[in-house]
Amino acid sequence: MTTTSTQRAAVDRLAPQRPAPRKKRNWSMAGRIVLLLIASVLILGPVLWTLSTSLRPPAESFQLPPSFLPLNPDFSSYDQVFKQLNIMLLVLNSALVTGLIALGQMFTAALAGYAFANLKFRGRGALFSIVLATMMVPAQVTIVPVFMLIRGIGLSDTLLALILPAIPTAFGTFLMRQYFLGLPSDLGEAAAIDGASPWRTFRSVYAPLAMPGMAIVGILAFNYHWNEFFRPLILTISEQNFTLPLGLVSLQGNLGTGSISVVLAGVILSMIPALVVFMFGQRALRDGLTAGTGK
Amino acid sequence: MSTATNGMSTKRRNGAGFKRRNGAAAKSQQAKGKQRQRWLPWAFLAPTILGMGLFTLVPIVASVVLAFFRWDIISAPSFVGFDNFAEVVQDPTVRVSFLNTIMFVVVAVALQLGLALALAIMVQEKLPAWLRVFFRSAFFFPLILSAASVSIFMRYLFNEQFGVVNWLLSFVGVPAVPWLTTPAGSAAVVILVYVWQNFGFSFLLFIGGLASIPTETYEAASIDGATGWRKHLHVTLPLLSPTTLVASVMAIINALQVFDQPYVLTRGGPGDSTRTAVMVIFESAFQRLEFGQASAIGVILTLIIMAITAAQFRLSKRFVFYQ
Repeated sequence: MTTTSTQRAAVDRLAPQRPAPRKKRNWSMAGRIVLLLIASVLILGPVLWTLSTSLRPPAESFQLPPSFLPLNPDFSSYDQVFKQLNIMLLVLNSALVTGLIALGQMFTAALAGYAFANLKFRGRGALFSIVLATMMVPAQVTIVPVFMLIRGIGLSDTLLALILPAIPTAFGTFLMRQYFLGLPSDLGEAAAIDGASPWRTFRSVYAPLAMPGMAIVGILAFNYHWNEFFRPLILTISEQNFTLPLGLVSLQGNLGTGSISVVLAGVILSMIPALVVFMFGQRALRDGLTAGTGK
Repeated sequence: MSTATNGMSTKRRNGAGFKRRNGAAAKSQQAKGKQRQRWLPWAFLAPTILGMGLFTLVPIVASVVLAFFRWDIISAPSFVGFDNFAEVVQDPTVRVSFLNTIMFVVVAVALQLGLALALAIMVQEKLPAWLRVFFRSAFFFPLILSAASVSIFMRYLFNEQFGVVNWLLSFVGVPAVPWLTTPAGSAAVVILVYVWQNFGFSFLLFIGGLASIPTETYEAASIDGATGWRKHLHVTLPLLSPTTLVASVMAIINALQVFDQPYVLTRGGPGDSTRTAVMVIFESAFQRLEFGQASAIGVILTLIIMAITAAQFRLSKRFVFYQ
């Protein structure tokens, strides 16, 4: 941006001298690219190492020199991870927990966001402020009462203990409210004139239009809860209710360093759904993560 | 954001709303609609309000109340006044953990913001489009991984004998660094792993902030003769200060709650050298069953978070430059 402006200034004033500054600019761009490449290598290198080490035979997994490119892939670590860890159960648990939380958040946040954006009722502003204020208190601080509540209603050590408390979402409600505020209000007026009930107006006019917003809520919920460690560590006790991150950490604790490729194979498997989201929903994820911080 | 008044006319109770409505269908609905609109918003809100009440508001109040009781779940709770706070404040492990957390926040947030800002400026300047997309995706990538998984593979990479980090360092003549067996080494690893994973979030915020700086500002600056880093020092930094404020508030709040990385990488050790505030909440509640003390620590942490947030917004009035 800025270079084009200097360029323009140079053209305006001293057109013949144009090549000289240009050369200098290319050098600075090359330097920048080198620095950015170094940063990318530092970021992606550890992940590449994880992938290629998971594709080494377990006995060689901790040998130096390390492997960064899987040239002779060996899948025995993947066989092992299925044998040593009930990974299918972990995947199933994680998928169930994450999927239900994401769906639940999309549904409840759409409803609440719509009410805060388009319906009028007493105490709307105050209630919305309370919803926003709950975001200030970290989940780690309320975990003790949540744990007791879960025990009290007889849900301790179940998957529901992970799912139910995570469904009401202040951030999702905020996001959906913003989304509904951005939709034209005369659509609802037209529907009402045509005799549509308020529920029909929401269901058939606004909800379909709000799908992209709901997708952002769903993707954010998926990214957060697929990876979360703290709540499952506290709210699940038996291994049959573990989610993937918890199962992998306990696998690392159980195995010696002789079979790190087995642990890394599990890590790679657990990354696959996140990678799919990264490839297809990166834009939505970026927008969601930075939503509400723009001002 | 403030224009919350674009409600649909069926739900408008004021005159303006009624005046706009015409047509037989709307009129016949008027009576029914009026009845319905009283409870209708609450039907939409019920799942969220009930859920948040039960799983967020009640626990917030309960954790404050619990901080004044001694309770191990087995016997009945007994009121102890400020005893939990007094004990917690004097407990050497809790003190060390809070000091560790503050040190961690200072170093990790400074690194995270510095790195994110420098890389964001470099990515946003003239660059081939495909490279810009590649760099942005690469820096964003760690955000989609689980902190637990990242800590699992990083623990291998920082292994003293067989780790790749020491292997690479050996080429520049650095003798094997005892990363995870010494207090300083462990603290460094926790910070590095945390920043590795989280700087991408600040990076995204800075990218957004840079994109909103008008190009004319730079044109004016370069006509005035500003180049290179001087241009960024005198133009970018002041104009970016609102973004920097948001990015630093969020980075500090998140870093104060660090748990996954130290738990998986070091379990708080060696000694208490990498134990953090949230780790002592976890340990006093779920390992020692001191639920009252755990709540007291939680209340203190929440107060610290609120104080820092308030202080930052106060400072912003003085130092942040709004256009």
